[in-house]
Amino acid sequence: MIEVSGLTVRFGGVTSLDGMSVTFDSGTCGLIGPNGAGKTTFFNVLSGFVRPAAGTVRAFGEDLLSMVHFRRARWGVRRTFQTEQAIEELSVFDNVAMVHEQARLSRASRRQDVLGAISFVGLGADPSARAATLAAGERRLLEVARAVVGRPKLVLLDEPAAGLPDQETRHLGEVIRAIPEHTGALAILVDHDMSLVSACCETTAVLDFGKLIASGPTAGVLRDDRVIRAYLGTAEVA
Amino acid sequence: MLDTASRTAAGGQRSPLRRPDRRTLAQLAVITGLLLFAFFATPQLFSLYYIDAMTQVAVYSVVALGLGVLVGRVGMVSLGQVAVLTIGAWVAARLLFATTQPYPLVLLEAGVITMVLGTLIGLPALRLRGLYLALITLMLAGALAVVLTTTNFPNGGHGFLGYDASTVHIAAIRRPAIAESDPAYYRYAVVVAALMFLLVLIHIRTRPGRAWAAIRQSEPAALAAGINTTLYKLWAFALASFITGVAGGVLAGAVHYLYSITFPTQESITLLAAVLMGGAYSMWGAIVAALLLQLLPALLNNWGVSADWLTILFGIGVLQVLTTAPRGLADQVPKDLSRLGRLLLGLRRRPAPSGSDPA
Repeated sequence: MIEVSGLTVRFGGVTSLDGMSVTFDSGTCGLIGPNGAGKTTFFNVLSGFVRPAAGTVRAFGEDLLSMVHFRRARWGVRRTFQTEQAIEELSVFDNVAMVHEQARLSRASRRQDVLGAISFVGLGADPSARAATLAAGERRLLEVARAVVGRPKLVLLDEPAAGLPDQETRHLGEVIRAIPEHTGALAILVDHDMSLVSACCETTAVLDFGKLIASGPTAGVLRDDRVIRAYLGTAEVA
Repeated sequence: MLDTASRTAAGGQRSPLRRPDRRTLAQLAVITGLLLFAFFATPQLFSLYYIDAMTQVAVYSVVALGLGVLVGRVGMVSLGQVAVLTIGAWVAARLLFATTQPYPLVLLEAGVITMVLGTLIGLPALRLRGLYLALITLMLAGALAVVLTTTNFPNGGHGFLGYDASTVHIAAIRRPAIAESDPAYYRYAVVVAALMFLLVLIHIRTRPGRAWAAIRQSEPAALAAGINTTLYKLWAFALASFITGVAGGVLAGAVHYLYSITFPTQESITLLAAVLMGGAYSMWGAIVAALLLQLLPALLNNWGVSADWLTILFGIGVLQVLTTAPRGLADQVPKDLSRLGRLLLGLRRRPAPSGSDPA
């Protein structure tokens, strides 16, 4: 469970997150909102790339913000990026093993854990193949494998299905839905594909202009008037 | 269901990861062949002039390898590597004059001291990148060159600097007892270089290599994978400085007398050009770079062509490589050779091409 309270991020004069308070309980949670709402900024705060001006984040009883960025990954904060970041120079196996070895997990179980993560995401590619040779969908899966290997506590997925064809998106959705049960981690999914979000997430939070405007069971949130207005942009047109 | 899948995956994929494939075996064969040739054949086949040049090739292949680690593996451009080499040479020369320690120990000490100083040069890399890092390292190298012109290399004098301007007959820097002659010292240099290549290979194939690959492609992705990017960048500088320092120690014995004038600051720029031409992403590239830097001038010299032409040649070479073979000669030449091989094979199989076929 992670509890966010009063989280504020400013870039110069722009307030990206404005006193965001929200609790993500367990399972797979959605985080949606129009472009520029602050979803990726929120992820960047959790991964330690952005230092907030105010607010606290408690994750599983730990004060997340006091942890140095690279230590957070070792502790269990994992993420994927909007533009996928498979390390091209390395093999599929090494891409995943890299996370495992940095997390200081047992060397004896490394092979099994890494191959387990690769098969969990359903990546059929040869583990010794270079990541540069993979197709776009496979690279997305490889990134998810990196996020679930070892003992993740919090898996942040930043538009993992962007640019994927429907069939691959469906497969990715099944993988994402299985993450909490398979790894015991809390997963947060940011995506613009509402069918993916409703398929994967029991609960969803909605950001608009850095403010939390709704949160709760996904179906209810998607019917919320404020959410529809935020997406359609009809609110307060002067 | 998932369990079965993971088990079959683990079982089926054990072999491709463990068993060395044909490519690795072929590479091993080539490496062994080259080492045997370099060690046994070269001293027999060539004149002392070329043996000395090949000693320099061995030294500079290690220097190029160090720069290759920084540029090719981590993506940090340093223009101070020749300055780092002079630090290694200075320290080794000082120790060789001051002590009677065995040569390998002196090389090790030169490597370690250079590693400490070289890592300090690498500190700006934590804040700067690209052109700015290149500029800073170049200026540090320039500053060091100024210091060296004033202090000179040790020549058997006393004191910390070990330089005595008054002596007429200056002492030669000693060589190991087992490698007094030029051919023997050449072999010694080859062995040291091979050990340095091995050291780098071990790094590249293990945890630091994977971390460097991640950092080079994307620092956020590296951080998100739990990689301490600061530590691994400094580690790269430490490794590059260590092997370059050892190379400096080998150089000191090779030339017997060291002069600051032989290490102009712009050598570091030429070094980068040669490394880019050879191929910064492969360890073979370092050997190609060293051949370009040391054997080519020796050849030109022997043919009576001024080595100054090399600056122009390297300029054209870098342009050519960057536009047509960004991974360098070490990557491009084998590809071209295999293409040529296929072409020749194809010609032999079809000796009489049908005249009607335009292709």
